[in-house]
Amino acid sequence: MITTDFEYYCAQSITEAVDLFKQLSDSGIRPLFYNGGTEIITLMRINSFYTHVNAVIDIKRIPECSVLEMDEHDYLVIGASVPLAEIEENMAFPLLSKNCSRIADHTSREKITLGGNVCGHIKYKEAILPLLLTNSTLVIADEKGLHEVFIQDIFDKEIILEPGSFIVQFKIEKEFLSMPYINKKMTKIDRIGYPLITVSAIQMKKEIRFAFSGLCETPFYSYEIDDILNNEENSIRKRINAAIKQIPEPILDDIEGSASYRKFVLSNTLEEIMMKLNGGGGNEAIS
Amino acid sequence: MKQLVELFINEEKKQVHVRPTDTLLHTLRNNLGLTGSKPGCENGDCGACTALVDGRPMKTCLVLTVEAAHYKITTIEGLKDSSIQQAFEKKFAFQCGYCTSGFIMNCYALTMQYPNADKYQIKNWLQSNICRCTGYEEIEQAIQSIVISDKAK
Repeated sequence: MITTDFEYYCAQSITEAVDLFKQLSDSGIRPLFYNGGTEIITLMRINSFYTHVNAVIDIKRIPECSVLEMDEHDYLVIGASVPLAEIEENMAFPLLSKNCSRIADHTSREKITLGGNVCGHIKYKEAILPLLLTNSTLVIADEKGLHEVFIQDIFDKEIILEPGSFIVQFKIEKEFLSMPYINKKMTKIDRIGYPLITVSAIQMKKEIRFAFSGLCETPFYSYEIDDILNNEENSIRKRINAAIKQIPEPILDDIEGSASYRKFVLSNTLEEIMMKLNGGGGNEAIS
Repeated sequence: MKQLVELFINEEKKQVHVRPTDTLLHTLRNNLGLTGSKPGCENGDCGACTALVDGRPMKTCLVLTVEAAHYKITTIEGLKDSSIQQAFEKKFAFQCGYCTSGFIMNCYALTMQYPNADKYQIKNWLQSNICRCTGYEEIEQAIQSIVISDKAK
């Protein structure tokens, strides 16, 4: 049971949602855009993090937030309110589908949305990895209307959004959708759980791109690590050792696994991924 | 401040006065007397509170009552001697019974969507529920029996 109260508003359009946010903010109420709501509900129940919120604006009924289709410019458009379970089943972007299929459990994925996972406060945000690898475009709504930005332009440890703005859609170029990929999530014990590490990798024409979650406090994609791992002048083992030295933040050392164990698992995981993709494998998720 | 919400549950319209922060689980049990949805973890982990929202399994502890308006909600009380209920009985797929309604709702949703669900789909969907008596073998046998015979109704 959530002991605190908030006001609930259900927006039917982008304009209504943005206007509501402004009206509420101007009247001293602290609103929050609400999508799947799983994180908000679970954290408010234990009086954690979202305790300052006294109004939520549900954006799930906004039609643009629920699309999952190719547009006329050959982009796959995924609304921010599309549940992870729907992405898992749709398979329009297989890497994202495989990635989403390992987040939480199936029933929870019926409620967790893509926008919610990417913008939540959970440290893992695993669904962001394929979006970072493909430098997907975000359609953002704010007072001025809609505008588009590349995810890597507003991602700095987390998606940086101005107050009163929200993500409406994610757009992924068609060419990325069919590229060979591997998504590998390692957990401490069972299949369901927070990641020890999650690595998403996609085989481009001349290189493999890698993105990581569970390794550090925030998910990341690093050009420097990609460059090292793709430098064929060195052996795979030498590349991996060099790449690990370039990890941008301290490696997590927590109940899911020690930093040294994570480093060990990462090393083997990278080797497995590189061997498979370089050997013509891919298009498969390894559980 | 409580507000009036109209819900469509088990083929009936129900009006309830709820706080916007009330979960659907809380409303089902405390406002409507539908106690088949069980409070377990109330954190989205155990699946004991699973009901169907527009035919999809949903942990009702993760749903606000106010956001459930306009959707078709089905609880265990709304299932009438379905194939999966019969299979649970036949295979003794319960011990203490606390998780049973959640498992049945999830199994029912799975067989409605995938009448011939394969082993991966069964595992993928049913990992959403926890049985503290560890009766997983019998639960798997129950769903396998109706998937194979394709009699899910």
